[in-house]
Amino acid sequence: MNLSGTKRKFKKRYDRLPTVLLFILPALIPLVVFWIYPICRSIYLSFTNWDFISPTYKIVGFKNYLSLFKNPRFFEALWHTVVFTAGTLIPTIVLGLVLALLLVRSFRGSGILKFILFSPWITPTVAISIVWTWIFKADGGIANTILTALGASPLKWISSSDTAMLSVIIVTVWKSLGYAMIFYLSALEKVPGELYEAGALDGANKVQQFFDITLPSISPTTFFLMIITMVNSLQAYDQIQVLTQGGPSGSTRTLLYMYYQLGFQEFNMGQATAVAVIMILLTVALSVLQFKASEKWVHY
Amino acid sequence: MAEIILKNITKEYENGFQAVKNVNLEIGDNEFVILVGPSGCGKSTTLRMIAGLEDISDGDLLIDGERMNDVAPQNRNIAMVFQNYALYPHMSVYQNIAYSLKIQKVPKAEIDKRVHEVAKSLGLEELLDRRPGQLSGGQKQRVAMGRAIIRHPKVFLMDEPLSNLDAKLRGQMRVEIADLYQRLNTTFIYVTHDQTEAMTLGTRIVVMRDGEIQQIDSPANLFNFPCNKFVAGFIGTPAMNFFDVTCEEENGEVILRTNGGKIRMNAEKTQKLKAGGWIGKKLLAGIRPEHVVVADSPEKTVFSGKVSVYELLGSNAIVYSDTDAGRIIMNTSQLEEHTHDSDIRLGVMEERIHIFDPETERTVTN
Repeated sequence: MNLSGTKRKFKKRYDRLPTVLLFILPALIPLVVFWIYPICRSIYLSFTNWDFISPTYKIVGFKNYLSLFKNPRFFEALWHTVVFTAGTLIPTIVLGLVLALLLVRSFRGSGILKFILFSPWITPTVAISIVWTWIFKADGGIANTILTALGASPLKWISSSDTAMLSVIIVTVWKSLGYAMIFYLSALEKVPGELYEAGALDGANKVQQFFDITLPSISPTTFFLMIITMVNSLQAYDQIQVLTQGGPSGSTRTLLYMYYQLGFQEFNMGQATAVAVIMILLTVALSVLQFKASEKWVHY
Repeated sequence: MAEIILKNITKEYENGFQAVKNVNLEIGDNEFVILVGPSGCGKSTTLRMIAGLEDISDGDLLIDGERMNDVAPQNRNIAMVFQNYALYPHMSVYQNIAYSLKIQKVPKAEIDKRVHEVAKSLGLEELLDRRPGQLSGGQKQRVAMGRAIIRHPKVFLMDEPLSNLDAKLRGQMRVEIADLYQRLNTTFIYVTHDQTEAMTLGTRIVVMRDGEIQQIDSPANLFNFPCNKFVAGFIGTPAMNFFDVTCEEENGEVILRTNGGKIRMNAEKTQKLKAGGWIGKKLLAGIRPEHVVVADSPEKTVFSGKVSVYELLGSNAIVYSDTDAGRIIMNTSQLEEHTHDSDIRLGVMEERIHIFDPETERTVTN
């Protein structure tokens, strides 16, 4: 009696499964094929010594991870990743907001200006980077021409390990600025004008109104942009490949570029995927940290 | 406490539209003045010019004798309660109320003391840690008032503060505002399009239309002695009945003849109509629904027709009738039911009749 009751319950619970699967499979199949399986496969590969070419490989346990943690090149790449992420994130957010504040009030030509500022975001990074290699040319490049005209000494830009990271950061910020500006423009337009009027009557000057009304009101946008810019910075590859190929002397080698070099130049896919797994963990950890911190400063 | 004078105040926008036209108004110390009128009449713009949130195109704004046209809002010692409350959504109730004092760099202990005093007076003590998003409409309204009160301003400006509340809460908050006015004993300027708020709260009411002041008077005078058809129709619910009449002299007395009867004029109105040369001319008459009665004899019948709608409101009833003078509304305390399409004969309280020039629409007997 009890057994048949349990069976009935089981049957009742699962007899709709085919219908449910029919609805979720179109979404589930690409997710599994292009996302879940590759991640699981990468994690698996990070415990092997696969060289990317041979059909066979061995399980080596945590050897790849231990080798990485003993490798100064890994920590150098990790530091470059931190510098690159912070170096792109802060100026993108700050300058994006400044541009949005300047353009939030419409004036003649403001629409065209917004489009021009946004256009780098929709231009392929490779194309942008090629143009910037000309701009950064030590001899006759526009950047040095401007510096010289301003009375400053010319720089070696992407040819020197002192300035290569700065150059890559400039290109990345320039590309992302318009994107941040568009989001901030939309956020600024949604701040109710009455809040500023109430602020003015409460005695707040423009600066106080900016910090006490504007910034808290647009904090969800700032948070969103911080997460997106951080993830984009961690995934930056195209501009590094075109501008510096991780050099000079590894000065622009980030973790992702190190992954590329280990996997596809040094044919050490085991270690390369270990770097990729560490990057995933790093991204998750940073995102969780930001979400935790956001509870204090993001106001929905 | 402050005296506010608006001298020939005009607000003209860049496209040439004049929202406020040559407004002159003197508001004395501790007055509760209501600016009332339909949407787009310029009442909110006038209030915002007093607050400093809108530039004054022409004229002078004086507060306590000092010209304020070019003084920044924060330096006018004015507090304002907005229609949508305009509470800072990211701040707690405490921070919202305390914000102006924080800006003034008042010591924290003093801020804390004053916030708690204000919160206590408005019943907000339990809500001080909450954010505006966690409050009901009435609570938000109280916080908005708390934010205004804490600064001890010279003038309170209120821009349709109750329009976002439901009817029951609106009634409750109206009483609270009246109570607040009694306690604070300062100047209030209150904008509304709700004439019930205007009639119950104001010591004086300013009726506006198309950027111009129509009449400034006490609630009772506005109701009883409107200066024109617009004011007569705007003040009072249901609105005043208007109908065409001919002014005639009959057996030595002046009467207003309607399609279905006549209205006798008292000595005062007779004298004014005669002096104005209205005998034999067409006029526009008005009678409030409260002053329409069921005619108990053919001689007292002014309108004859059929009942269209009967609305029982509890203590009174509204009867809408289609008569020979058009739609006539009666507001009566006699609650016998008038069925749809039944015949009805209506009379008026003759001494309560209002008479207007049909061309200028100005009253001819006030």
